[in-house]
Amino acid sequence: MAPAPELRRRLALAVLLLAALALPPVLAALGQGYYVGFAARVLIMAMAALSLDLVMGLGGMVSFGHAAFLGIGAYVVGIGSWHVFEGVPLPFGLAGSENALVVWPLAMLAAGLAALGIGAVSLRTTGIHFIMITLAFAQMLFYLAGGLKTYGGDDGITLYSRSSLGGLNLSDPFTFYYLCLGLLAAVLAAFLRLADSRFGMVLKGVRDNERRMRALGFPTYRYKLAAFTLSGAVCGLAGALLANASEFAGPAYMGWQRSGELLVMVVLGGMGSLVGAVLGAAALLILEEALAGLTQHWQLLLGALLLLLALSARRGLWGWLGGGGRHG
Amino acid sequence: MILQLVIEQGLNGLQFGVTLFLMAAGLTLVFGVMDVIHLSHGSFYMMGAFLTASLGSRFDSYLIGLALAIPAVALIGMAVEWIAIRRLYQRQHLDQVLATFGLIMIFNELVRMVWGSQPIFLSPPAALAGTVEVLPGIPYPLFRLAILAAGLAVAVLLAVMIRRTRLGMRLRAGASDRAMAGALGVDIDRLFTIVFGLGAGLAALAGGMAGTVLSVQVGMGESILILAFVVVVIGGIGSIKGALVGAILVGLVDTLARTALPVALRSAMAASQADSVAASLSSTSVYLLMVLVLAWRPKGLYGART
Repeated sequence: MAPAPELRRRLALAVLLLAALALPPVLAALGQGYYVGFAARVLIMAMAALSLDLVMGLGGMVSFGHAAFLGIGAYVVGIGSWHVFEGVPLPFGLAGSENALVVWPLAMLAAGLAALGIGAVSLRTTGIHFIMITLAFAQMLFYLAGGLKTYGGDDGITLYSRSSLGGLNLSDPFTFYYLCLGLLAAVLAAFLRLADSRFGMVLKGVRDNERRMRALGFPTYRYKLAAFTLSGAVCGLAGALLANASEFAGPAYMGWQRSGELLVMVVLGGMGSLVGAVLGAAALLILEEALAGLTQHWQLLLGALLLLLALSARRGLWGWLGGGGRHG
Repeated sequence: MILQLVIEQGLNGLQFGVTLFLMAAGLTLVFGVMDVIHLSHGSFYMMGAFLTASLGSRFDSYLIGLALAIPAVALIGMAVEWIAIRRLYQRQHLDQVLATFGLIMIFNELVRMVWGSQPIFLSPPAALAGTVEVLPGIPYPLFRLAILAAGLAVAVLLAVMIRRTRLGMRLRAGASDRAMAGALGVDIDRLFTIVFGLGAGLAALAGGMAGTVLSVQVGMGESILILAFVVVVIGGIGSIKGALVGAILVGLVDTLARTALPVALRSAMAASQADSVAASLSSTSVYLLMVLVLAWRPKGLYGART
């Protein structure tokens, strides 16, 4: 990699991070404190899009069912909180919990295990069939979640309170925002390292030519499954955060439109660059919010914009900013 | 009693399957021949239903409404292909997902602007309003039978067109090797526009007919779109025969699961609980079917290509 683009990439990243750090005080100074909560939601969806880009951009596995993992993460937090509020023990005599240090890792574990199972079956197919089979699994989970009568059925669970995390008050929008930012930055840094590691190289090799990688002796199926599982777990963490942000968990998080939205975010930002997924998520949500403020027919404008972008842009926002998309 | 239930639900399943087939036939052609993932196919279904309702009430005849809605939507489809889809052939599938996701939003909002967000109701023609006895003592709505018959007739026509006509020959050529068909003198651009218009017309027919059974509202296209994709994948991408078999299979499995599961579960748990569990389980049955079929035949029942 030539030094100049690398430098430019790091500079752009640093500017983005500074802007994200400065955002809440700036919003508060402008008297727009309401938007801090919205910004936290942007960061959370960015994490979900980032997890999708890991499998899609690096591994070439186009998952149309990632919202399922988002939903599973949210449900773990929701169910934990429901049992605390209702005072009903879980099966096997376990108590409910609102402790983030318990519930969030559990959300990651549950989503990761689901991804392991779904991936184990789905990764036997490729291309369009992989798209459709991940969609099928997500739809199954969507309907199953709607059938959880105890946990509100189609209406889902409204959280009694946000998770507790040591001395932090997560109900404070500023605290919650910076926590989300810290977690997103950590995930992004880890993923960027991972992309340049041996594991990431193998993954990219599989994306570009799986047969060759197999001939070189790499167990490609296992690499892909590992990436898919990791991606599911991170998406589960995003789901846990999302449940906290909107104080709600329900089947609505798992619908296919949500999976489509995640796909759009990644493609919009520039697939395979990881940073692009974050930008794409921010761009889509901010556009939605801005257009919805302009006119009630905002979907028309957003749809037209997406169409134009798909027809024109080749490397997404991150490539357009000069970050250099890394996809082949 | 049991026989009546089985025949009634079996016919319902077939009728749903036929509607799905009309959607899936267009999708599988667009998919197989043009290699485009077309998420906004459901929008044509929705517009078919809305136009049938509007034109039908203007001319005071459901059939005239449907007969006008189909070519209208086919023309809209051709225009969409000409303006947008045409630029996506050489792109990755993901760009197509992005673009057609945008198209869904555009169409949904346009329909909402013209017709509003309240569901409207479409009544079948009076001549087909009654019931007939399919077997002695077993009545069934005549109009549902008419839908079934119309769908099957279209399936036969489509099969004949693909097997026996010049257009069908070109379609098959385009599906198996686009570049070679083009080199041999098939006007690929025109062929694609026709395929797209044909698919849109079939979707409009499905929407116009289904609108009498379901309510006509914004977003009705998306729920059937996903099922139509499932049908396409089960049947094998690009195969009309596969679309028909897959659609009937999905229609029957879905309807029978919806009927049989509540009965089966009620013997095991309380009635209210059983109904909601059964509802969610039966919604998953179709997807489970697809996973099983793909595990057995990764390219679908009649799929030849990857």
